Amino acid sequence: MKEKIEALRSEITAAMGQTETGRALYELKVKFQTELKGIMSGMKDLAKEDRPVFGKVVNEFKQDMESKFEARAAVVRQMEMEKKYAEERIDITMPGKAYKGGALHPITLVKNELIDIFAGMGFKVFEGPEIETDYYNFTALNTPKDHPARDMQDTFYLADNLLLRTQTSAGQIRVMEKDAPPIKILSPGRVFRSDDDATHSPMFHQMEGLVVDKGITLCDLQGMLAEFAKKMFTSSTKVRLRPSYFPFTEPSVEVDLSCSECGGKGCRLCKGTGWIEVLGAGMVNRRVLENCGVDPDEYTGFAFGMGVERIAMLKYGINNIKTLFENDTRFLEQFTD
Amino acid sequence: MKAPFSWLKDYVDIDVTAQELAEKLFSCGFEVEELSYLGAKINRVVVGEVKALTPHPDSDHMQICVVDCGEEYGREIQIVTGAPNVYVGMKTPCALDNSTVVESNPAMLEKNPDGIKKIKKGKLRGVESFGMLCSGEELGINDDFYPGAEVNGLLDLAKDAPVGEDIKKIVGLDDWIFDISITANRPDCQCILGIAREVAAVLKKPFKVPDFSYTAHKTSAAPVKVEVQAPDLCPRYVGHYVEDVQGGVSPAWMRKRLALSGIRSISPIVDITNFVLLEMGQPMHAFDADDIGGRKIIVRRATNGEKIVTLDEKEFTLTTDNLVICDGTKPVALAGIMGGLNSEIKDTTKNVFFESAKFARDNVRKTSRALGQSSDSSSRFEKGVDAYTNALGMDRALHLIEELGCGKVTELCEDVCAADLAPRKMTASVAKINALLGITVPNEEIVGILERLNFQPEIDGDTLKVVVPGYRDDVDGYPDLAEEIIRMYGYEHIVPTFLDQARVTGGGLTDEQKRELHLKNLLCTQGFLEAYNYSFYSPKDFDLMKLPEDAAERNAVRILNPISEELSVMRTFLAPSMLMNAVRNIRRGNDEGREFEMANVYMPRNTAASEQPEERKHLVLGIWGGKNDFFDMKGAVERIGEVFHSAFTYERAEKTYLHPGVSANVILNGKIVGVIGELDPSIALSLGLDKKVYLGELDLEAIELDDRIRYKNLPKFPAVKRDLALLADEKLTCAEVEEVLMHSCKYVTEAKLFDVYRGGQVPAGKKSMAFTLTFTPDAQTEKAFTPETLDGYVKKILGNLKFKLGIELR
Repeated sequence: MKEKIEALRSEITAAMGQTETGRALYELKVKFQTELKGIMSGMKDLAKEDRPVFGKVVNEFKQDMESKFEARAAVVRQMEMEKKYAEERIDITMPGKAYKGGALHPITLVKNELIDIFAGMGFKVFEGPEIETDYYNFTALNTPKDHPARDMQDTFYLADNLLLRTQTSAGQIRVMEKDAPPIKILSPGRVFRSDDDATHSPMFHQMEGLVVDKGITLCDLQGMLAEFAKKMFTSSTKVRLRPSYFPFTEPSVEVDLSCSECGGKGCRLCKGTGWIEVLGAGMVNRRVLENCGVDPDEYTGFAFGMGVERIAMLKYGINNIKTLFENDTRFLEQFTD
Repeated sequence: MKAPFSWLKDYVDIDVTAQELAEKLFSCGFEVEELSYLGAKINRVVVGEVKALTPHPDSDHMQICVVDCGEEYGREIQIVTGAPNVYVGMKTPCALDNSTVVESNPAMLEKNPDGIKKIKKGKLRGVESFGMLCSGEELGINDDFYPGAEVNGLLDLAKDAPVGEDIKKIVGLDDWIFDISITANRPDCQCILGIAREVAAVLKKPFKVPDFSYTAHKTSAAPVKVEVQAPDLCPRYVGHYVEDVQGGVSPAWMRKRLALSGIRSISPIVDITNFVLLEMGQPMHAFDADDIGGRKIIVRRATNGEKIVTLDEKEFTLTTDNLVICDGTKPVALAGIMGGLNSEIKDTTKNVFFESAKFARDNVRKTSRALGQSSDSSSRFEKGVDAYTNALGMDRALHLIEELGCGKVTELCEDVCAADLAPRKMTASVAKINALLGITVPNEEIVGILERLNFQPEIDGDTLKVVVPGYRDDVDGYPDLAEEIIRMYGYEHIVPTFLDQARVTGGGLTDEQKRELHLKNLLCTQGFLEAYNYSFYSPKDFDLMKLPEDAAERNAVRILNPISEELSVMRTFLAPSMLMNAVRNIRRGNDEGREFEMANVYMPRNTAASEQPEERKHLVLGIWGGKNDFFDMKGAVERIGEVFHSAFTYERAEKTYLHPGVSANVILNGKIVGVIGELDPSIALSLGLDKKVYLGELDLEAIELDDRIRYKNLPKFPAVKRDLALLADEKLTCAEVEEVLMHSCKYVTEAKLFDVYRGGQVPAGKKSMAFTLTFTPDAQTEKAFTPETLDGYVKKILGNLKFKLGIELR
């Protein structure tokens, strides 16, 4: 009997050393258990007094083998993992897979950013009609029919009295007619001018701002634009006002921002001046207030208007306005948020 | 507006450089767009004196010169010249070794677009030449700049020209031209004098008024009487009779002034009218007085069909919208635009009737545009001429007649004036001016600035009294004075404040604006790129889309004055723009893509054309290329329906521009709110597209975008799915089967088709449709489905399918 046990022990132990998979080890264990059963069934042939001794030997043998199986199982598991690791090893320099979402157009991005900046300062957003009457686009904005300022903008007419708005300032009038001061509105939208060359597009976007209340000053305009410039560009962006002319503001100013590219030292972008012309502004003309039924002796206000495309081009370094309207996917994809 | 530095110096003692002056002008509202140096192309060219001449041994026309260019450049410079007019003792421009002159050879200009010719020492037929002697052309000047500059040969300089001196100083090229942008409110600065007034004010220097004096002589000539019948179009007409007019040549100083402004000298009388236009900004006209019939000038509207031939021999047929200057019988000038050929100044002209008038700018502009005829005068009138300057311009012209000795000024003059010439007095509150600016400008600054601008200010307490200069029609309120003050005081004095006195307001987007943004963002999450297209396109786009003549989309708003036919109708639907985006992208090799645009379409109302059209916000989607099909487009629209709580249904659509078998109307509450589908293959063929394009368009005004999130409690027990393979008649649509599946059992929350199969064990005329049904227990039902209960539901559903649609379980 003992010989049988020892033979089995050496046979199984030797075989166990060869196993490399969990499956083989399991099969070996089944074989061992079957053989052990065979040995144990031989116990009934033993003398009664020998049986306890033999039982003890078998038990020890069984426990010994089981612990060996357990130890081997750990080894095999490790071997199997090593194999799996090796098999599943990949070339991590291969390109990643991402779900490519869409993107908002840079005009929308800039519009949203402008709205965020000014909404925080208490501006409501108002969108007026794109097809306007002569009155709202010109006359109410202190630009009567024979006014030379009408030559500054080539207007698309649809009928005698109907035109594609040339400026979002038209929205100013609609708001002031409807609401009493304090007024703080932002009026974004499409505008149209009969101008089509390398640097002009017949359609573009403006963002108009208007503040009307008691005691509004030119200094307030400067302060608000300084805040805008810091948020839109960099915290060190400076604002410069210089005299200009618009029929609906008096005094009127052209607003330059210090060049974000060179920080005001002068570069190609700012043509060496250190400044970039960004928007037009001024104190609302008394006649415009009167036209809207606002008492100009009680209230003053300021207005500013900027080209959204211009800001987008400055902010993102787009060099040609036409690319904004070509809708080439290679262009649009670059503005993924 | 172009102003030569040297001319400005006639009126102001300018003690700053041209660059410094440009900055000063910029700060007070006159942006110098370009400051150019006249002699920029000329370098190292000096006055040389020809000391000796010997013939060239190998040439019969060239000569070897010894030129004295002074101590600095050399007393004996050898230069070979082929010019025939060279002589010993000649003073002429000498371009030294390594110098530059103006390229005058047209063949070389093509290679050399900057127009600069480099001069280096070299050998001419074996003889060394250390430079070049120059003609006037090589300095880029003509006779008006320097007498004799147009001679074919070397420029023969005056004998007193100092040897070695920079030639630019001698011929007047050492000068700067300021190209100044003038804002529309300042027509008074559309002339040298106007700019000079600003220069004087900004430099705090006195302004030297030009000479307006002249002596009026008695005459025996009969007066020319002026009658203005249209004072609305001609508020002032000043006329003056000048006799014994002489021809000849204008003096060098005047010819040079004109040359600096790019105008050729013609005759003293014509030069004077041009000079006064440049200097004073007053367009003048000179009639041959002997051609004025009836000794009468009548300013009136033309009659319909009346004709005039202008100086440039063009004939125009006029209407009552045009203003004409007539003599006793016929038009002799197109008012403010151009004189008539019948009364022009000739070599034989003896007597001249000068006109200095104000014509309504709007009328001049309209006539000029309508007839396609313009001139320096008309563009000046379009900007606005003030009645004050009419008389001043005339006085200046008459003074110049006397100064040039080219005629005798008579006492015969006319001044018909409907304009109010009384000085305009204004009072304003100093406190209000300061309140508008937000700073306190010291009173002495206010007075000083307004004095320099000729406003004759006086301050008494808070009251500021001014007299507005006659040429400042733009000033009419205290904000205008505030602007005058701050532009001269300096905008750097404005300190930023943050609405110290204003009330707090709430800001932000309206709910509608927020939902639109939400929709855009939703589309981005589905891979769509946002596009922006023009709001107008071509009427040909309607043809491309195969729209029938009576299609609603063809009823579009048209632009009366479009840039081109391509951009002439306002969009009534957005699909053509999106199609063009897809086409452009495919042609550029962007094989696959999805884009959207949200924009207004413009629908004419049935009422008057003068009424504003209805603007409706539309959303257009475009998908092209790749593995995309109709259901990618449909999926995008379905997703919008889900997020914005709109229960869209779909019915087969009939759109000329979409594939009849692969297109659907999007229906909401029984109304068509949009359409989706594949681009009609015949259109794709005509565009040469090798990719399929899918278009979708929704009328957002017809959809109530409701994006409120309504949370539903989760069911206590999980949903259970069952797959059913159904044998259905070929004609049945997915929607019809879905409808029965969804409504046969209240626990069915989704029925999703996942496979369609034909052939094999499926009988002809039938198809196998495989659905996954999702059964979701009520949140309230406190138990899970058992297999038995589910079997019961399925049995009931199958019963319904068989009864309603004849469908069997496969």
